Amino acid sequence: MLVYSYKQNNIEMGGKEMRMQNLFYLLIVGLLTSFMVACSAVDNAANADQPEETEENAVTDNIEGSSEDEGDTIKVGILHSLSGTMAISETSVQQAELLAIKEINENGGVLGKQLEPVIEDGASDWPTFAEKAKKLLQQDNVATIFGGWTSASRKAMLPVVEENNGLLFYPVQYEGMEASPNIFYTGAAPNQQIVPAVNWLLENRGDSFFLLGSDYVFPRTANAAIKAQLNAEGAEIVGEEYTPLGHTDYNTVIAKIKSENPDVIFNTLNGDSNVAFFKQLKDAGVSSENIIVLSVSVAEEEIKGIGADVIEGHLTSWNYYQTTDTPANEEFVANYKAEYGEDAVTADPIEAGYFGVYLWAKAVEKAGTTEVDKVKEAAKGITFEAPNGTVIIDGDNQHVYKTVRIGEVQSDGMISELWHSDEAIKPDPYLKEYEWAKDLSESLAE
Amino acid sequence: MQNTIYQKLLSNKVIFSLIFLILLVAPMLLSDFRLNLLGKFLAFAILAIGLDLLWGGYTGGVLSLGHGIYFGLGAYCMAMYLKLEATGGAIPDFMAWSGMSELPLIWIPFQYPILAILLGVIIPAVVAFFLGYLTFRNRISGVYFTILSQALVIVVVTLFIGSQNLTGGTSGLTNFETLFGFHINASSTQTAFYWITVFILGAVFFFSRMLVKGRFGKVLIGIRDGENRMRFLGYNPSAYKTFIYTLSAAIAGLAGMLFVLQVGIISPTMIGIIPSIEMVLWVALGGGRGTLIGPIIGAVFVNTAKTGFSESYPEYWTYFLGILFVLVVVFLPNGLTGLFEKWNERRKNKNVSNSIRVEKSVS
Repeated sequence: MLVYSYKQNNIEMGGKEMRMQNLFYLLIVGLLTSFMVACSAVDNAANADQPEETEENAVTDNIEGSSEDEGDTIKVGILHSLSGTMAISETSVQQAELLAIKEINENGGVLGKQLEPVIEDGASDWPTFAEKAKKLLQQDNVATIFGGWTSASRKAMLPVVEENNGLLFYPVQYEGMEASPNIFYTGAAPNQQIVPAVNWLLENRGDSFFLLGSDYVFPRTANAAIKAQLNAEGAEIVGEEYTPLGHTDYNTVIAKIKSENPDVIFNTLNGDSNVAFFKQLKDAGVSSENIIVLSVSVAEEEIKGIGADVIEGHLTSWNYYQTTDTPANEEFVANYKAEYGEDAVTADPIEAGYFGVYLWAKAVEKAGTTEVDKVKEAAKGITFEAPNGTVIIDGDNQHVYKTVRIGEVQSDGMISELWHSDEAIKPDPYLKEYEWAKDLSESLAE
Repeated sequence: MQNTIYQKLLSNKVIFSLIFLILLVAPMLLSDFRLNLLGKFLAFAILAIGLDLLWGGYTGGVLSLGHGIYFGLGAYCMAMYLKLEATGGAIPDFMAWSGMSELPLIWIPFQYPILAILLGVIIPAVVAFFLGYLTFRNRISGVYFTILSQALVIVVVTLFIGSQNLTGGTSGLTNFETLFGFHINASSTQTAFYWITVFILGAVFFFSRMLVKGRFGKVLIGIRDGENRMRFLGYNPSAYKTFIYTLSAAIAGLAGMLFVLQVGIISPTMIGIIPSIEMVLWVALGGGRGTLIGPIIGAVFVNTAKTGFSESYPEYWTYFLGILFVLVVVFLPNGLTGLFEKWNERRKNKNVSNSIRVEKSVS
């Protein structure tokens, strides 16, 4: 019956209405086909760049596949999260990288060719990072990728860049215990941020520590190292807490902190959690004079979100602040603000993303080609006057020498430097130089 | 005349053969990377068939918003084996930095590939069986079941992220090397995975079709339309529902394993609430709930659109995808396959109205 009346209805339906509906269907079908065509066009364009390949030599083709022979531009991939939870942090790194590319292009490009950024969205989803990295290397044949923020995204891209013998410049401080031959780490290794911070705290702020972090690989690994270091120094660890990423209720943790009354809270929380934690800490009546918090994932960008009045007086450990006093930084901050507005702030990962592009460009110039193996070879020992000071690529592990800076948050949201290392410190991702880290690095050596 | 040609064109058999023809020639036309993507979409399509078995027209339309879990369990089983194979039996790196020195007990079975593959189907099935048995036996159904399935997602994801020393936490498991000694990322291995996926897709499809076309499917439809009547007729609806739920979870586990092989990573972001809902979207947008072919089209279409948009417009793709979803829901309430059906319907109607006119003019 139902079916019957439906048909009846259709018959009675006016011709005009029918035409309208037809139009809509046509529209949708048109949309879909144009999309499909667009997709395959993109594909063909990418394929046209490379000669016909058989299955056997596909891999080797990719290894040698450099963009240098493909006209007058060099393609470089930019792969950050532009959507999802990480977008807020990663977008500004992407902007810094695009700024560096623009500057390089204005100065004549690399090897006389303009750089052409191919932008992809990692969508805060690790499998997507793997997929897009594969796309950039295999379809677009990019000479290098600049990208990633979270350790999880780096770990997702690692097998892809190794497999395709690509290059990845990763701009964020991280937990160490890694040195892929296809990744350049322009953020700090633990001995360039965490270890010196702990030393400085022990000397200047006391020896009872409370460890608080988000529950994932960076805080867990960082805290494993911190615990080993504190034990070796004879300091006291009064508490260790982990909360899931995105956690926003810190009252229980703060109650625990108050009852333990440590000298220092070592904070490895990441993302939004910092906003909640610092606000609730202030509401609970704990100020930087009672208990000092040192954060390793809170920079100028995050302070904007937390509120300078809330976090004022607490400490951070990085390699770069917007206030860092170098000629290169003056220029960088001015250019960044000119490009992205007066309110834009620069921060450590932004700066690391920025000079990463320059390091790669210098290595390519030196190698005279974008071929990955030659660029890697040429990159050894390259120096660059980055905004944070002189950076040098360490040939042994493809990290960079960086200056360590401990800073204090000011009421205007800027960070003023309290201490900096005398020279750029050699990166030591496996903490091999430290006796107390022996067990740690040995268990990870294989 | 025209009518019959159209009907034939749009009959299921033609669609099937068309789809399988496309899948057959795809390796010749697509680059390695695109083929790999298609393989991934087909793995999703396998899961969508399982979900359609459960939701689409059968078993009272049990809507599960928790299939990410079963997908994830299968995927993790495969990934655990691959990880152990890559480390050569040593403990994976994340365990070492989480302070473990020996392989934990639950990882031990995953040293053996065959066992790992079997567990990739069995574990999701067992979990689903318990959840299904307890809920269906207590006659919990409809939206209450859906909420329960969603809660299960939260529990499992929290558990997976929380036990970082066992699961790799937020980062998940990645960096694999070999499967049965074959290099997993080699182009030839990936092509083989594609064929395996196509084969399994076909097998799952025809098995499911056989199941629902037969007596079993009739009972399921009976349960959908009148659960109490079926109960009074002597059938046990909860047993049927539990069975189909378990089967659908096992299929999801299978899809998860194929996903890991082709994508090379599994992390909790792939099994959480959002992906679980996305999976239902594939079935809904593909349309023809209960057609089993709609979900395949839906899974491939939605994911192609997602990838295509994000590659072409990395900054705005989420808006485009959203608009697409709205367009499909508003104008094609029966999904993409609904488009074909409507077309078919329209043709028929035209003929009917034509004949009516003819009759009128004759009289």
